[in-house]
Amino acid sequence: MNTAVRERPSDRAGREALERALAAWPAIAPGLPGMHASGIAKLRENALARFRASGFPTARDEEWKYTDLSALTARSFMQVPGDVQAATAEPLPHHALFDDLGGHRLAFVDGRHAPELSSIGPLPGGVRIESLGAALLRDPAALETWLADSRGHSAMAALNAAFMADGALVIVPAAVELAEPIHLVFLGATASTVQPRNLIVVGEHSKCTLIEHYAGSAPTFTNALTQAFLARDADVEYCKLQDEGERALHVGGTHVAQAQGSRFAGHSVSLGASLARHDVTAIFDGERCTATLDGLYLAGGRQHVDHHTRIDHAQPHGTSREHFRGILDGRSRGVFNGRIVVHPGAQQSDAWLTSRNLLLSADAEADTKPQLEIYADDVKCAHGATVGQLDENELFYLRSRGFDAAAARSVLTWAFARSALDAIRLAPLRAHLERACLARLPQALPLAELA
Amino acid sequence: MDTDTTHIDELISREYAHGFVTDIEADSVPPGLSEDVIRLISAKKNEPPFMLEWRLDAYRHWLTMREPDWSSIGHPPIDYQDIVYYSAPKAKKDGPKSLDEVDPELLRVYEKLGVPLKEREALAGVAVDAVFDSVSVGTTFKSRLAELGIIFCAFSEAVQEHPELVRQYLGSVVPRGDNFFAALNSAVFTDGSFCYIPKGVRCPMELSTYFRINAKDSGQFERTLIIADEGAYVSYLEGCTAPMRDENQLHAAVVELVALERAHIKYSTVQNWYPGDRDGKGGIYNFVTKRGDCRGAHSHIAWTQVETGSAITWKYPSCILRGDNSVGTFHSVALTNHRQQADTGTKMIHIGRNTRSTIVSKGISAGRGSNAYRGLVKVLKTAEGARNYTQCDSLLVGDRCAAHTFPYIEVRNPTAKVEHEASTSRIGEEQLFYCRQRGLSAEDAVSMIVNGFCKEVFKELPMEFAVEAQKLLGVSLEGSVG
Repeated sequence: MNTAVRERPSDRAGREALERALAAWPAIAPGLPGMHASGIAKLRENALARFRASGFPTARDEEWKYTDLSALTARSFMQVPGDVQAATAEPLPHHALFDDLGGHRLAFVDGRHAPELSSIGPLPGGVRIESLGAALLRDPAALETWLADSRGHSAMAALNAAFMADGALVIVPAAVELAEPIHLVFLGATASTVQPRNLIVVGEHSKCTLIEHYAGSAPTFTNALTQAFLARDADVEYCKLQDEGERALHVGGTHVAQAQGSRFAGHSVSLGASLARHDVTAIFDGERCTATLDGLYLAGGRQHVDHHTRIDHAQPHGTSREHFRGILDGRSRGVFNGRIVVHPGAQQSDAWLTSRNLLLSADAEADTKPQLEIYADDVKCAHGATVGQLDENELFYLRSRGFDAAAARSVLTWAFARSALDAIRLAPLRAHLERACLARLPQALPLAELA
Repeated sequence: MDTDTTHIDELISREYAHGFVTDIEADSVPPGLSEDVIRLISAKKNEPPFMLEWRLDAYRHWLTMREPDWSSIGHPPIDYQDIVYYSAPKAKKDGPKSLDEVDPELLRVYEKLGVPLKEREALAGVAVDAVFDSVSVGTTFKSRLAELGIIFCAFSEAVQEHPELVRQYLGSVVPRGDNFFAALNSAVFTDGSFCYIPKGVRCPMELSTYFRINAKDSGQFERTLIIADEGAYVSYLEGCTAPMRDENQLHAAVVELVALERAHIKYSTVQNWYPGDRDGKGGIYNFVTKRGDCRGAHSHIAWTQVETGSAITWKYPSCILRGDNSVGTFHSVALTNHRQQADTGTKMIHIGRNTRSTIVSKGISAGRGSNAYRGLVKVLKTAEGARNYTQCDSLLVGDRCAAHTFPYIEVRNPTAKVEHEASTSRIGEEQLFYCRQRGLSAEDAVSMIVNGFCKEVFKELPMEFAVEAQKLLGVSLEGSVG
């Protein structure tokens, strides 16, 4: 049977976008950092081959069942460098620099390192916080092993691996506790395609806090990929804040590899973009790892936000906690897929996951799927999922105490959202997130006082 | 396979002999599937033209479909041209002459299950000449049912006697092109059960294929259609706890339930087909499409299943909650031991207002068994005030088994309330120790703990089934501990 006859319009768009991306490769490739080193060039070409084989994900891929990328594939992206300047720039969202946060800031504008907006404080010996693009030009071979780890990567991550141009490189050597947070901020100024690649390597017994932050009002297409490698007993708190403009498309992956005894506390807060997709994975490569993945997504209008998480309990005595909350208004759609895999022999694994969704409007939709795959017997695994609206009794209680209907709804909605932020240890960051969420909530009443 | 096993297989491969009644001469067509084979089946069954058309449409659609591969089960490819799509029942004279000739291992299982002596003969495939008890019981039942206007007969009989009902309802819940296996079934099914409960009638007894006398050997492509008219009630039992083996490796049945206004259908299944040997060789593939349509307001469809047999079980008894205030329930126990695989669950599609659904699924994996719950709760925009509660628990016995949970939840109405909970645990050392300390053997202790785990589901089963099901779990878990 001729397959071309059965091609759907969305498939055709995907195929054409794939062809465009492949056609752009010869022109773009020589300018990409690290191409002078055979190892990195090989990684890029392998990634491109993987992407060529899979193409853009379609609704027929189980992992993309609810998320349609045709909005993306219909766009003519993949510009050759140089085109970018032609587009009109939007004002930079300077408030997104979080000046009161303290610590170190590495800023990027349209995917390129912006030293003028960055501020790196004094660092303990051996700590590197710098542009990955520059590092790839200088010493590509040193980064090869980490960049080569493509476990858990989707087709979109392969696209990033081929085309990545810049991003953050954070290396914390063994036994260093970084008290100050590291703020990686990506500002979109033009209608561009950016594929940031971030590499975070934390040594044994080291500790740090990272914020990966996307902001801007430009209709950018971001395809981000972040890898974190936690050595033995490392402790990392990581927060991804996606606060892009309403015309932006955001696809991002955060992939964490954990060695024995390491602890990873991840938060994902997704507020902006017309379509946002986050893949978060954690693999326990050693015993006694701990991972917590929390998330909060607020969507309204026609926004679509999708989280796919996967935790691999590959070794015994691992603990994972996942707690995701979504608030969906307007005609928005929230998707959550939380997958926990307990591998053979990973005894004494303890996994727990909840997904809670609040539907505020008649046209919003929540699709959730907590998923357990267990191949060991001495484990404790549980998950729960709920979808519903605000509780009538709670509303009644507040109204009987003098709140009007709208205020009562706001208070309860805010309470629902806020509990997802409680686990964030860094107080100034939590305050920023609370403000960002409040600004997005449907009824921004005198809630600021409550915050 | 050693000779012993071959012997057992041979013995348990006999088909049920509960008074087979048919006028078709023993014959069969060569393996393979084509339009000609379908025409032949239809002709053998003396079907009206609309049935042949229906089958051919299904077949043509099936040709365009691909075998699904998304489930978490694995099996060697099935050669659909190597299946005999029409074969009349085998002669019984080849069977053992008495229970003395039957393999003692099989008899031991019957003993444990408490199968009455006479039934043991039938189950073991002994050529019974005397009229078996259940036949006379069945006949008595038939006349009582007829008085109430209840139609309960073989599907092929219904096609002859009530073509208008068949035409109206066949494929109205599971369309002929619904999925790969349903399409195959629609094209080639040879028999099954048909049941119609008229308006306002409460069926006075549990209807059971066990007592049905002339729809035996309905083969691997069974078709069941149950219609409960307004205000009717029926409880239908399918299957049997005693192990039953047949030569057909692939079973692709279709069950359609239609509940009109205020009707209530209770469908209970106990499935214990041959699971294959310890290495999973030779077991049945049970790929079934079961779906109920709550077409009228206040209707209720309840699925209860205990799945312990088959090498692979792949089925999702579902409810389409179309009528306002309609209710769907699904209670399931699935047990996999040795190399068995089960991918089962349900779909609850909420369409009507104030529709409610409850899902309770208990999966037990032992040995190298793999057990997956896969379910969908879908609340459409129209389903104002819909409510779902889902609980799926897995129990792991041994460190080489697997348990999976894939619950899909899709909600498009803010007034809906959907809750899902799942847990996975194993039989605790302390629990076992406690039981053994009080004098229970390890096996009895496991069986008791497992039965406690499944209690919620068993209480949904009709009384006699529940008792058998408990024993069955004990037998199925043999060899998994200690």
